[in-house]
Amino acid sequence: MMTIFGYKKNYQMYDPKKKYTDKHIRKHSKNNGSNDKYRKSIEDLLDELELKNGMTISFHHHLRNGDYILNRLMKEIAKRNIKDIRIFASSIFPCHEPLVEYIESGVVTQIIAAFISGPVAKTISQGKMEKVAIMHTHGGRARLVESGEVDIDVAFIAAPTCDKMGNITGSCGKSACGSLGYAVTDAHFAKCSVAITDHYVEHLGSVFIEGKYIDYIVEMESIGDSKGIVSGTTQITKNPIGLKIARLTSDVIYHSGYFKNGFSFQTGAGGTSLAVSYYVKQLMMKEKIKGSFASGGITGYLVDMLKDGLFEQLYDVQCFDLEAISSLRDNKNHIPISASKYANINDKCIINDLDFVILGATEIDLDFNVNVTTSSIGEIMGGSGGHSDTAYGANVTIIVSQLFNARIPVIKDKVLCKTTPGETVDVLVTERGIAVNPKRNDLIERFKKTNLPLKTINELKQISDSLVGIPDKIQFDEKIVGVVEYRDGSVIDFIHKKL
Amino acid sequence: MTNIRRSMLFIPGNNPGMLQSADVFDSDSVIFDLEDSVAIDEKASARILVKELFSSIEMSCERIVRINPYDTPFYASDIEAMRQLDIDMILLPKASVESIKDLDQKLIKTNINIMVLIETALGVEQVFEILNASKRCKGLMLGGEDLCVDLNCIRTKKGDELLYARYRVVNASKALSKFAIDTPYTDTFDEEGLKNDTLFSKSIGFDGKASINPRQVHCINEIFNPTLDEINHAKRVLEAKEMALKEGKGVFSLDGKMVDLPIIKRAEKVIELALKLGLMKGTS
Repeated sequence: MMTIFGYKKNYQMYDPKKKYTDKHIRKHSKNNGSNDKYRKSIEDLLDELELKNGMTISFHHHLRNGDYILNRLMKEIAKRNIKDIRIFASSIFPCHEPLVEYIESGVVTQIIAAFISGPVAKTISQGKMEKVAIMHTHGGRARLVESGEVDIDVAFIAAPTCDKMGNITGSCGKSACGSLGYAVTDAHFAKCSVAITDHYVEHLGSVFIEGKYIDYIVEMESIGDSKGIVSGTTQITKNPIGLKIARLTSDVIYHSGYFKNGFSFQTGAGGTSLAVSYYVKQLMMKEKIKGSFASGGITGYLVDMLKDGLFEQLYDVQCFDLEAISSLRDNKNHIPISASKYANINDKCIINDLDFVILGATEIDLDFNVNVTTSSIGEIMGGSGGHSDTAYGANVTIIVSQLFNARIPVIKDKVLCKTTPGETVDVLVTERGIAVNPKRNDLIERFKKTNLPLKTINELKQISDSLVGIPDKIQFDEKIVGVVEYRDGSVIDFIHKKL
Repeated sequence: MTNIRRSMLFIPGNNPGMLQSADVFDSDSVIFDLEDSVAIDEKASARILVKELFSSIEMSCERIVRINPYDTPFYASDIEAMRQLDIDMILLPKASVESIKDLDQKLIKTNINIMVLIETALGVEQVFEILNASKRCKGLMLGGEDLCVDLNCIRTKKGDELLYARYRVVNASKALSKFAIDTPYTDTFDEEGLKNDTLFSKSIGFDGKASINPRQVHCINEIFNPTLDEINHAKRVLEAKEMALKEGKGVFSLDGKMVDLPIIKRAEKVIELALKLGLMKGTS
């Protein structure tokens, strides 16, 4: 077993046969018993917190690419000449570019996240961060915190609305973002939890994170840029290839044997994913099928399906648009859930009840392994998020992708980085055919009786190769810059520095 | 290659991305366009791109190339380039008796067929003669936009201005046992309008409809597909016919209605189409 600087020595490699045995241990229950949690400024707060070198601080990503909190805090921390900070953020976005400077100067020496994109990802790929990045899953993050494997010194929680007791909701305020599913675990388990808000109120009726878990409250003029937090409305793709893939995906769902009353469904907010929701909705209305729940990141499309009675409930770990935020606030069947309840293997998580999940891929290989962590040239550009969690949990995991995009093929002999193991992926839908994982003979037999354009994944690769050729092999340095952890904490792959 | 032509999709000849994906949209035929969708200064590059496409990529759909009109300087070069390729048909715009005869001559020693675009008032009046002017000519497409310019009228979504032309070209093509494709519906975001327009095309005898955006193909195919009810009725007609033959009856009825030869022929056509399209799976 290799020794990797900044990573535990006793790590286990991913084993598809492993059964999960970790126990859910609730480590902290925060309530300092004081109602005097308000601090005048970030500066005052940090004076009191006495941050030290080597501490772990956490952030959630519900403000997405509009987040101001992480940059604001890091600016202040850097000013105090504190070094060797480990950032435990559920995701890092392009708006977090100021981190690059702190990585290069040693203020930040490690990032642990489920998704990293933009300049920070590039910097890590170039090997400029002192310790390896650890890329976990959304469910894996909750497991890391709850099991105590990651001990958060201070959780900085962006709070769209917060009252004097520290009760928090994401449903209102000028930086409303809806569900705060990724922040709950941090608030519950961090040694110290700080709510940072731009909407401080006397009393909150509806609470998502209870004040008893919050130690401090700080007000800022603005915690985020609303334009980067949510889209006004999410739109289905107009790309005819994306629409064809979405239509084929709804056909796959229809013929899978799982499309019946009470089925459950999850998809993303991308244009093709939304188009899948659109076609599934048409299918449900035509066949008079009603689902039990839809989960994950919630969009207006799923909200409409809830309103139309096509689903009984929405389980919402994050909202993608304004309609989802309003619905979460007003509809009792639109239920916010924590990341742990969503996807933690040690919790009774929602994803294990999923029938269908629709996911994307940067690369997929002949064994159906999927890469959503690095780009086709091997640079970090994303991460699992809930990808490998939901792929594991759903009865039918469907990857939707164009066979190639701008002459870059999606099917490779081997993915550059394994994010989601092939044994948890069932179907690949492309514009030129559908490949089913040979282990799902039940689906293959069903689909053979239909008009679905079935092909093997090797056949799809041959078509792709004939059209766009085979790209040159990417060369990497020996240095490991990132470790990809599967949802159980085992190591599923390493990310190497680009040559 | 079947002779099913529910949908014909135009793809600009100078757009490499679209050319590469031309056959993924389930259009029965694809028309690679060298004419209206290609700017004057792109004509040569479009010709080269289309040539390269056919020499490097196999396609499962019917392959048609729309060349530039007879009276343009691009006409001869287009034919010279296209006659070397493995294509099924050339679509001749603004077709006239004179131009189709010329094209027919230029395609000697090739297996390339001709399809004519009827898009002038004269073309509508001479449609029978145009279709009959070459044995290579297998059918026509109505071009509503140019026709309206020629007629000096506004092209509307309802399409009353095209009624005469539509009926006339369908009748002429059927009289000569050739296919007829209706003009495209040009509002690519109006799915309801496309649906109504296509239903009308089918109702008056067109075999298919042209499309100018891949998003339109699915809707057009669905409408020109025989419905489940039509397939099941056709099956019952043919079963009743078999039964009548066994019982030695010359004439028979189904659901209280006399079944005669046209009804049997229609049923056979429906079943043939359904079989070719793989629509018989799941029928009762």
